[in-house]
Amino acid sequence: MVEIKTADELNKKFLREGMWPTIFCNGCGHGVVLEYTFWALEELGWDMDNVIFASGIGCSSRLPGYINADGLHTTHGRAIAFATGIKAANPDFNVIVFTGDGDCSGIGGNHFIHAARRNIDITVIMINNFIYGMTGGQLAPTAPLGSIATTAPYGNIEHPFDISNLACALGANYVARWGVSHPYQPIKSLKEGLQKKGFSLLEFLAPCPTAYGRRNKLGDIKKHWAWYDNNTILKEDYEKIMKYGTEEEKAQVKDKMQLGVFQDIQKSGFFESYEKLVNRLKEKETKTKGAKK
Amino acid sequence: MIEFKDDWCKGCNICIDRCPVDALEESDRLNKKGVRPPQLKKDNKCNYCRLCELICPDLAITVIPEEIKKEDKKTLLSPIGGKIK
Repeated sequence: MVEIKTADELNKKFLREGMWPTIFCNGCGHGVVLEYTFWALEELGWDMDNVIFASGIGCSSRLPGYINADGLHTTHGRAIAFATGIKAANPDFNVIVFTGDGDCSGIGGNHFIHAARRNIDITVIMINNFIYGMTGGQLAPTAPLGSIATTAPYGNIEHPFDISNLACALGANYVARWGVSHPYQPIKSLKEGLQKKGFSLLEFLAPCPTAYGRRNKLGDIKKHWAWYDNNTILKEDYEKIMKYGTEEEKAQVKDKMQLGVFQDIQKSGFFESYEKLVNRLKEKETKTKGAKK
Repeated sequence: MIEFKDDWCKGCNICIDRCPVDALEESDRLNKKGVRPPQLKKDNKCNYCRLCELICPDLAITVIPEEIKKEDKKTLLSPIGGKIK
């Protein structure tokens, strides 16, 4: 269901135009993710009164402020906890969480883990730029080995956090990772993730030329965006090369980041199970009451 | 036709870099921020693939394919009221 044909109409429907233009730096990938989300929501045709956005602190967490819908701008790392609250209060709402890599995996890591484990019916859009961009370029838990940040001036020696793999291991219903430079797969994936009952995680690798690219000598905006294209590979291609490729090819793709849908399963969500539990106990109660009488 | 919202552009030039048919270029005019927003080249091979529209981080580009080009509405009523004779 697509009624809107041009981006101008899309912006009029979804954007709080008074807030525009964004505070994002030149060449930042966050705006692209916002646009992909708009297109996915438009294709789904959801009523925007039933969609609620939640976010923590950081560059990515500014995004709900630009959307013409209800949103929560909460404390650092606690976006998923607040989203759980919204969903518990009224399970009819579609709750979408915009969060960054530091917000989600660093400070709010525990909330993320337990929301995924409980399989709460929310969609988490995690925008991963490998750094705490807004607070001044501190080292994020997802930063690759050897990357330079203000708190790691001689290179990162900590092994990075692979959030998509973590979510797969925790049994999230839908896990996907995409870059920002190819539009069609992420929009389709966003649509699937939003429709999915249960926890769905969409990780976006967004360029951050100001805080990450500049410190790591990745060049200007053009080169930085190209760096993401050169250092990522589709999951299917990676698996094929690892199975049938030569040693040279294997060495080439070994360190690349994989893109694609990592997990797509259907487990019962937390609120579904909770409803069943309540119904079971109610039945039990009525039975026992009836027996007493 | 491609419309550019000049004041929304931050001048990252990603659209120019990523255009598959190389139809965009930097324009001569300056916007409010002091950067040069993109424009269509005079003889371009734009095929309305809409990649620039989808990839623009500041949502400043709108692609309008030639078929649904905006038309001036013709009306028989005058702005003050009453019919035009």
